[in-house]
Amino acid sequence: MSSATDVYLPYDEAISRYEPIIGIETHVELGTNSKMWCGCSTAFGAEANTHVCPVCLGLPGSMPVVNRQAIESTIRIGLALNCTIADWCRFARKNYFYPDMPKDYQISQYDEPLCFDGYLDVTVATDDGPQVVRVEIERVHMEEDTGKLSHTGGATGRIHGADYSLVDYNRAGIPLIEIVTKTVIGTGKLAPEVARAYVTELRDVMRALEVSDVRMEEGSMRCDVNLSLNKPGDGWGTRSETKNVNSLRSVERAVRSEIERQASVLDSGGRVIQETRHFNEDTGRSTSGRSKEQAEDYRYFPEPDLLPMAPSRDWVEELRAGLPEMPSVKRARLMIEWQISEFELQTLANSGAIERVEATIAIGVDSSAARKWWTGELLRVANEQGLELDQLNVTPQDIQQVEVLIASGALNDKLARQVFEGLIGGEGTVDAIVQSRGLAVVSDDGALLAAIDEALAGQPDVAEKIKSGKVQAAGAIVGAVMKATRGQADAAKVRSLLLERLGVSE
Amino acid sequence: MSDLIRQSAATLAAAIASRETSAVEVTQVHLDRIAAVDDKVHAFLHLTGDSALAQAKSIDARIASGEQLGPLAGVPLALKDVLAMKGEPTTAGSRILEGWRPPYDSTVVQRLRAADIVILGKTNMDEFAMGSSTEHSAYGPTHNPWDLDRIPGGSGGGSAAALAAFEAPLAIGTDTGGSIRQPASVTGTVGVKPTYGGVSRYGQIALASSLDQPGPCARSVLDTALLHAVIAGHDPMDSTSINAPVPDVVGAAQRGDVRGMRIGVVKELGGDGYQAGVAQRYTEALNLLQDLGAEIVEVSCPHMEYALGAYYLILPSEASSNLARFDGMRYGLRAGDDGSNSVEQVMAITREAGFGPEVKRRIILGTYALSSGYYDAYYAQAQRVRTLITRDFNAAFEKVDVLASPTAPTTAFKLGEKLNDPIAMYLNDVATIPVNLAGICAMSLPVGLAPEDGLPVGFQFMAPAMADDRLYLAGGALEAALVDKWGHLLIEEAPSL
Repeated sequence: MSSATDVYLPYDEAISRYEPIIGIETHVELGTNSKMWCGCSTAFGAEANTHVCPVCLGLPGSMPVVNRQAIESTIRIGLALNCTIADWCRFARKNYFYPDMPKDYQISQYDEPLCFDGYLDVTVATDDGPQVVRVEIERVHMEEDTGKLSHTGGATGRIHGADYSLVDYNRAGIPLIEIVTKTVIGTGKLAPEVARAYVTELRDVMRALEVSDVRMEEGSMRCDVNLSLNKPGDGWGTRSETKNVNSLRSVERAVRSEIERQASVLDSGGRVIQETRHFNEDTGRSTSGRSKEQAEDYRYFPEPDLLPMAPSRDWVEELRAGLPEMPSVKRARLMIEWQISEFELQTLANSGAIERVEATIAIGVDSSAARKWWTGELLRVANEQGLELDQLNVTPQDIQQVEVLIASGALNDKLARQVFEGLIGGEGTVDAIVQSRGLAVVSDDGALLAAIDEALAGQPDVAEKIKSGKVQAAGAIVGAVMKATRGQADAAKVRSLLLERLGVSE
Repeated sequence: MSDLIRQSAATLAAAIASRETSAVEVTQVHLDRIAAVDDKVHAFLHLTGDSALAQAKSIDARIASGEQLGPLAGVPLALKDVLAMKGEPTTAGSRILEGWRPPYDSTVVQRLRAADIVILGKTNMDEFAMGSSTEHSAYGPTHNPWDLDRIPGGSGGGSAAALAAFEAPLAIGTDTGGSIRQPASVTGTVGVKPTYGGVSRYGQIALASSLDQPGPCARSVLDTALLHAVIAGHDPMDSTSINAPVPDVVGAAQRGDVRGMRIGVVKELGGDGYQAGVAQRYTEALNLLQDLGAEIVEVSCPHMEYALGAYYLILPSEASSNLARFDGMRYGLRAGDDGSNSVEQVMAITREAGFGPEVKRRIILGTYALSSGYYDAYYAQAQRVRTLITRDFNAAFEKVDVLASPTAPTTAFKLGEKLNDPIAMYLNDVATIPVNLAGICAMSLPVGLAPEDGLPVGFQFMAPAMADDRLYLAGGALEAALVDKWGHLLIEEAPSL
């Protein structure tokens, strides 16, 4: 048996000897207005236990009623993942005890999920170019979230050693869906990339469907990674389940690390045990959790407080017809429309800029200009400040205004960057910042001529050169004028005024 | 004893509406009666006298101002302690809920309040409605007003005894396998288990969700119908609640007519094992129905003999899950929380201290029946039997309008007599359980005293789902004929205590 401090087998060695088999379970909190079984708000971050009622607290006598919007979202997810939608299915009770579980059973779906047998195609980069991998989906089922415990006292913040624990039930009863893949075989050394690409694609699908805010850092999307290794030709190995992996990067790292760990266990003649493991974001390694040697018996049985669900075929078809463009289809379209390469598109996608760029184009900004600002200057600032693009204080309308000013000659790119700096700093509107920072291009001929004359006077030798026909020397004077106007002049205009002044032609 | 406590609910409501008496007076005489006799009967666990009198006062004021109120306005009621009532103790007869006051009203209570029915208090019951004698209450047994040494039935013994002791003219029970009808049977009162989904379960502390059903209890068929009409109807808070109009139970009770009605006698529910006096009064009642113009037809429901077995797998399975929430973490009793025990240990110690032996027995049984490896052999098989029983009923109702059987195999047995023999206790519900498994409706009404012990005998009518009105049509006719014969309702023969 291995522990987190053991030396792991290097990845290349591990993967040269073993074949990984992965499976991913993804929980997604649905962005419904109300909870799964009651009318309580699902808003994140409210004061503890303010969004609760007898139903979501599981008080004696209370009963659940299914949230229709959650069913609708789940069906749409199923359709987007190419699943079959059940004609008839039921909820089940999953019986186990935990202090943050109001009823001490979770209402879930077990052998009768709402959606099943689908797939999601994902693209991974390989040395031989992009490769499409089909990840098959076993099922998409509905369940409810639990409350949240916080442990006070004790050094670790965990339940053991704590003086007391507090429970916040605001999250209890928020609709959750679980998307379970079938085992993914044959990815070889690409397993970590496939895992990451799958979760990324899944996240993009959820965003496109607008069914969840899929914020992994807030836990509204979280993954459990199942992994086993086998020697080519041998039977399947024992799997481990790494729980609650909370970022795209961690998904990839968790798979990679687990391949290394299990390979080192097997290499040293050990046996991988079936267990849950906890991934540590800091170390990139996982530690052993609860052993599944004595598997828990959840005593599933059909939930008698809820009627079975039988979504009508008409409803399902109506929902299918209303599905948005899927991210992969959209990417293909954008590559053509924006005339960009897959790599450029990937950059846009990774930076989360696609929606911003689209929104900016939608209000009339030229596509290359929209891309330039969002993936250039604005992405740089966002990265510096550790923010997402949509958290910057810049809207597509701002970009449009800046572009209008550039087109009219009132701003140039350099000045525009200062406008964005002002916007991000909360200095007001585009116009207000141009005003307050005095950023408008100097276009008054009189002012420019005065500056030109001053520059010429300062460099009489250069003036002579130009007059003698060495037009290329004009750059020095133009540069001096630009410096004098703090960049707020149109260089081309300065140049033409200068030549005109000296009576020289190009 | 004031005359008022012997009046029917319908009579009391009329007297209050016409201001011959007042809701306050009616409430007060019942509270006085409870004060006088309940130390002997122990029907109540908790009285809500102050709020009852305040409510009665406001009802009187509204009547005085000319407001037209509902047909039971101002009439007092005894509420089984398994239904949540905002701010009042609700224990389900268990220590584990001692001191818990729900922050909400069950739908039944909301409808009672909306109908201006005055709730006097919470009645005793077998712990979490598990039992047929009310001896499994953590707060001590209830005594049968006909003979204080005998059981009042269960689990709704408190509600039935409150009616029989003239402590309240109306009561609410819940019926999972007979907990309304069997207590009605042994106390000489009327009890109806409505169609499953006919009355909302929202706010009823669940025993077995697929079987539980709140229902009305009273001393006459008409009073039961009036209460039925108040509490029945669709509730969006209960997914299993039926979204259809409530049958006209009051009209049916008033008409009371069995002419041309085909009444099926279930062969499997009328044979061996019945006390002689029970069988005798049952047969006499059938003859009376025939005299009234009904046709008696024998029908067979061959799977009934498996009903008890299926029930005692399904009920504990669901109960083991429903009772999981009583773990000492959020409300009610918490034991062992002295800092030396883990969370799991606190849960275990609390449950050990808070649950009685019958509850533990059923939790263990249900946990076992649902566990992987046994699920198919027990729970799944029991569900198949349940389907067969439902089909038996459906087939029978193709031939007849209602079915009939004795409600319980015996009259009230002695306190303690079956306490240590769970199987003997379970057998008491053999005729009532199939109704719950099939989700249909049934009524128990008194048809006389058994000659050998002078105790009431109950007669059960069963009708198809959503045909609750047929129970009242048949029950109303039978009751009227018996009143003609005796000159009064059977309950008038109950000891005055």
